Amino acid sequence: MTTWLAILGTALSCYLVKLLGLSVPAGVLERPLVRRLAALVPIALLAALTGIQTFGDGRALTLDARAAGVAAAAAALLLRAPFLVVVAAAVVVTALVRALG
Amino acid sequence: MTPPSAQDPSRLPPSHVADDGSRAVVRDALGVGIAVGASGFAFGVTAVGAGLGPAQACAMSLLVFTGASQFALVGALGSGGNPLAAVAGAFFLGVRNAFYGLRLSELLGLPRWVRPLAAQMVIDETTAVALPQPDRRRARIGFLVTGLTLYVLWNLTTLLGALGAGALGDPRRLGLDAAGPAVFLALLAPMLHGTRERLVAGSAVVIGLGLLPVLPAGVPVLAAGLAAPIVLALYGLRGRGARADGAPVRDAQDERGGQEKPEARENAREKPDARENAPDGPDARENVPDGPDARENAPDGPDAREKEAHR
Repeated sequence: MTTWLAILGTALSCYLVKLLGLSVPAGVLERPLVRRLAALVPIALLAALTGIQTFGDGRALTLDARAAGVAAAAAALLLRAPFLVVVAAAVVVTALVRALG
Repeated sequence: MTPPSAQDPSRLPPSHVADDGSRAVVRDALGVGIAVGASGFAFGVTAVGAGLGPAQACAMSLLVFTGASQFALVGALGSGGNPLAAVAGAFFLGVRNAFYGLRLSELLGLPRWVRPLAAQMVIDETTAVALPQPDRRRARIGFLVTGLTLYVLWNLTTLLGALGAGALGDPRRLGLDAAGPAVFLALLAPMLHGTRERLVAGSAVVIGLGLLPVLPAGVPVLAAGLAAPIVLALYGLRGRGARADGAPVRDAQDERGGQEKPEARENAREKPDARENAPDGPDARENVPDGPDARENAPDGPDAREKEAHR
């Protein structure tokens, strides 16, 4: 039940924020400070999520096969691989390291 | 939504060069829609692996339809996070769509009654395809074709992933727990074009990992979001000094480039920074035109293109 509420809350808030952008007269949200924050906040969140989902195990920090997988994804990104290849590289390398370990 | 486009439209032949512009934009849009839409499979598997039911995974792709928020929510719920913190994290990731909407609203000129329908498709990929189009007609085509292709495929592949997850066995054995962070990294990479962006990302990782053991699940991510205002404040302090010297003000350039992709705008926004910072040092005069700093911080060259290509 909680999960459904979280899903509906996310769906509603994410939809409203999309609609807000389309409906608000241009200029209202176009303050430079707001826009710069809007550009940087996703960077902070994505970076933290990448770190936590790579090294986090519950509330502990750990180094396991995921780190190798994410490193492979980073290498794929540097090689300009398409999105799907980046994700596949992470999954395959993580699975391989687990199988070998 | 958000998985980045595997096929960056900027790498394809520009639509306005082709004789039939609408065919080119349809091709670009389909390329992005299909490549990214297929990655809904990873979401479906990840969601079920995190303990959600297939119906919940599908409801998310149907109703939320913004990939980073979806992955963030299932990740937070799967790790036993506080649901409110989980929703807040997903919401903050979705806020950037409002800024895409602002740009698209001018460009597409949608009638009032269409907006509630179009809103669901205001995401990274549709924006990336629509903004560079040379006219309103092609921007509308690009937005619509990308959005519909992506919506249909993303939901189909979510369903397949969610149903197939059980047959696949333990998602950890298959390495699927690395799909989430890989998706985040792939989304993040093209945004890291400037010193400030990298500083924000680095601080956020340190804050997030540092707070993980001491705060309830989901909260460390939100706390890491504070890296953005903190870094901005630090830059603001430096920038104010530079502006007093008569350096160009960044905001003036913000208003230009109405037809650029969002990333291109981010890049454009970085340029004045190099100039703002230059007058700090003793070599200020020398550095202003094209010192090493300016080069580094002006990601307009082919390098920026390359980075964008990862989207």
